[in-house]
Parts: sequence; C-alpha cells; structure tokens
Amino acid sequence: MISKKDVEHIGWLARIKLSDEEKEEFTGQLNTILDYFAKLDEIDPSVTPTHHVSGIENVFRDDVAKESLGQEDVLRNAPRKEEGFFKGPRIV
Amino acid sequence: MMSVSEIKRRMEEESAEETIQSLFDKIERSKLNAFITLTKEQALEEARKADKNGTRGLLGAVPIAIKDNISTKGIQTTCASKILKGYVPPYDAHVIERLKAEGAIIIGKTNMDEFAMGSSTETSFFGPTRNPHDLSRVPGGSSGGSAAAVAGGEVPIALGSDTGGSVRCPASFCGVVGLKPTYGMVSRYGLISYANSLEQIGPFGCSVEDVALLLDVIAGHDPRDSTSHVMKKNRYVDELKDDVSGLKIGVPEEYFEGVDKDVDNAVRDGITLLEELGASCSEVALPHTKYALASYYIIAMSEASSNLARFDGVRYGLRLEKDKDWHTTFSEIRAEGFGEEVKRRILLGTYALSAGYYGRYYLKALKVRTLIKQDFENAFKKVDVLITPTMPCAAFKIGEKIDDPLSLYLADVNTVPMNLAGVPSISVPCGFANGLPMGMQIIGGHFDEGLILRVAHTFEKHAGVA
Repeated sequence: MISKKDVEHIGWLARIKLSDEEKEEFTGQLNTILDYFAKLDEIDPSVTPTHHVSGIENVFRDDVAKESLGQEDVLRNAPRKEEGFFKGPRIV
Repeated sequence: MMSVSEIKRRMEEESAEETIQSLFDKIERSKLNAFITLTKEQALEEARKADKNGTRGLLGAVPIAIKDNISTKGIQTTCASKILKGYVPPYDAHVIERLKAEGAIIIGKTNMDEFAMGSSTETSFFGPTRNPHDLSRVPGGSSGGSAAAVAGGEVPIALGSDTGGSVRCPASFCGVVGLKPTYGMVSRYGLISYANSLEQIGPFGCSVEDVALLLDVIAGHDPRDSTSHVMKKNRYVDELKDDVSGLKIGVPEEYFEGVDKDVDNAVRDGITLLEELGASCSEVALPHTKYALASYYIIAMSEASSNLARFDGVRYGLRLEKDKDWHTTFSEIRAEGFGEEVKRRILLGTYALSAGYYGRYYLKALKVRTLIKQDFENAFKKVDVLITPTMPCAAFKIGEKIDDPLSLYLADVNTVPMNLAGVPSISVPCGFANGLPMGMQIIGGHFDEGLILRVAHTFEKHAGVA
C-alpha cells in the first residue's frame, strides 16, 4: 500500500505539484492499479527480460556534420528567451 | 465514408479545390469534434495548385488528416494537451515528408487522448470526440479523432499512432479499417513520444485497400529513427488478392474471455466465412496473455515518465506568469499543463522506476514481454495468422468509464500484446450490434503485413459489412 505521503513524494520526484484533493484521489487510484500489477508476482523470476522487441543493437552513422535547424527556428516556440538563448528559471 | 478512389474521381469531375472545400464545409458543421486544428487556407491553396498543374504521386491531391502527436512543420501540434497549446513544430515528421512527396494534402490535425494516453478520446484538453454512429458514445482512442473523421466522411484517410491499441480500438468502435505495423516498419521521427518501445504510426481508411496504399507511402527505413528497420520497399496494394485458400488461422481462446456475446458471435462468424473461402482453423494457446495488460501498462507508464520529462516550459510549451525557483517553476507548470490521466501515468511510471521498486515492477514487466513474444513465436510455428476480437465490446457511452481508470485500462486487453511483441495487426469491421460497429483483429508475425492485409481484404470483400 502506498500512502498519501508516498504520493506526495512521487509527485516531487516527477516534478508535478499535487493539490490536496489530487493527493487524496491518486492515493486510492494508484493503490487499485498497483494491486492489479501485483499479478506479475506469479512470473518465473529466471526469465530473461526483453528491453527491445526487434533485437537491434547500436546503430552507428559516420561522424559527418549535417545541416541542422537554425537558431531562430529552434527558439521560435520558447516562451522566454534572451539574446539567442532559452531563458530558464533562476537556479540560485 | 468515401474511399481514396471515390475522392479521386470526384476531384476529376469537379476540381480538387471544390472537393476539398466541401470537406471543410462538412467539418465546420460537424458535431464530432474530430479536429483540433484545420489547415483550410494551405489545403485549398495546394488544391488550386493541383487543379492548375496536375497531381503527382500515389496520393495526388488526396486529403488526409493527421493525429495531433505527429509533428507538422508550421502547423500547430498539441498532443491534445494544454502544455503544448500553441506549439508549432519547426520540422516535419518522416511520415509527413513521405505524404508530401506523394502529393497528399493535409486538411487538419485530429483530436486524441492527451499524449495518446487513453482508449476513448475523452482526456483531450480540447473536449471529447464523438462517435459518428452514436453521438453519445466515445469513438475509442487514443486516435479517436482520426477514426471518427474517416467514419464520418470528413476525410478519406488518416494517420494515427498505436502504443497499445490506439489505432485498432477506434477503428473497431467507428467501423473503419486501422493497422498497427510491425515495430520498426514506420519511422517514429517526429512522433511525439509516449512509450517509444511500443508505438508505431498507423493508417486508417474506409477500406483495406486504402490502408494498404497509405502504408505503402509511410513505410520504409529512416536513419533518424534508430529503431527503423532497413528493408526493401514493398507495394502492399499489389498483395491484395481475394484468396485465403490453404491459409491456417489460429484462434486463441484467451482473447474471447469476457468478450460481449455480440462481438464473440460476429468474430466467430467472420472466422467461419474465411473457412468457407478455403482457410482452415485451429485453436492455439497464448498462455501468458493474462499478464500482458499489467506488463504493458508498467512499461508504457515507465517510458512515459521519462519521455514527458521534457515538458518543462523552457524550450516550448506552457510557462506560467512568474518564474519561481527552479523546481517549483517546473512543478507548477506541469501541474497546470498536464491533465489527470497524464499525471496518473507519470506518477505510476515514476514509482515503478524508483529505487527499490524497479525489480518489482519494471523488470518483471520486461520478463513478461519475453514470454508474450515467445507465445506469438510458438503460435506462428503452427498457424499463419491469429484472429481475435479487436475490442471486447462495442463503443461505450461518453463518461461511462472515465472515472474508473482501471476499468478503462482493461478494455485494451486484446490489443496490448501485439505492441509488447512488436507484431503487426489490423482491425477490420465485422458487423454491427444495436447500430454500433464491431471489429475483428487479424494478427501476423513480424513484417507479415502483406499477409494480414490480404486476409482482411478477402474478408472485407465477402463479408459485406458496410
């Protein structure tokens, strides 16, 4: 069982601020869903996991410079920018 | 509904401009809410060019609708989320480049569950899409807008994406054909990721032929998607023969458990029809099916929690009025920008990947993935295709399941195993119950698209489901 306090902590890890109502609601729902996931406890633990279904491994290309998007195109959707840079919130 | 060949004929009789204008007239009067953004001016301009200079390519001047999680240069792409409202991609997805190269005209971006997370198109920030067969019902999801637009005659073909059934579910609920290709067949470059090890872009149409045609256009290797397969270019349209003689069909009983009687009957009748046409049929076991849904959701949510970390309001998307400190700013943007289902899945994915729980959830889900993949490999040693119901029921009412997330997840029980195994599958209409369409799912081994399209085409020709 996860508690309301756990949900608050997960919200912090995921960087999603949760309202008190949301914490309450998600605690119940997440527990119901996690109970359902517990079905997987029946699985033989010695099975090899499949990370990727097609089995392809590293794909390499030659290290050749190609044209990329221009600065203006890249910055066009940025809500805040300054002198050709993205502007994030203050760190300190 | 109208097929690609019908619309081509109409464009020859009238003009491309008049034909496409009439679609916009219809969409503007429509109650379906299938579109988030219409590209009327550009589309009509391209139609006029086609009228003047003639058409080119496999889809010369054919109108198409695109799910709103596929990047379209210069056209707003929102994933049906508040957090991406107003986002205009600076580049085209690979599939969009292919469509443009073959002359298609994009008429708009279609509604969907927010970030493709849902099976009903009710979680869209832009309001739910309605089912053309009954406006009080959902069109299925998450590509509900694309399926409803085709079913409602608003466009002949559309693209969706399928992470756990998001093309096949709405195809089934809306009575159209929808295909999820083999993982790696269609480039995901420019598809805004939800769960990238599971998802593929897939075509919708009112006939198997149109779906095959659209697949011909979008399939193929693209070095910008490292999971894209190097393969020779196929012409699936040429493989649409009316012939299933000698075909071995496998029927997995696991996929009929808990299925509504009407759906069960319609799919079994469909299998009988194929037997009458020369196929043989046997029961096959896919014994790990009962673990597929839990495995799918754990993997999808885990990948989502990582993929959606990019939405922080710095490079694009919602930014609140005043910045606070680093973490608070992001936490508040994401609280405001994401809807409830997206938050739920990010939280569950974050939990499943967090220290101490990785082995319990994520790693176990990957082990199940191995077992599901082996189930299919074993089945395809004995049979050529598998046939099952696409969905366990016909379209449900808007609002009926939305407050109970787990019950909505359970509706995906027959579509998620193919995404875990990466195998292709197609949903084709197989009948109506109380005026609502039902879908039959035909599943093949990796890269067996030609075969499942041929079986679907033969079925469609003889079943006479309008």
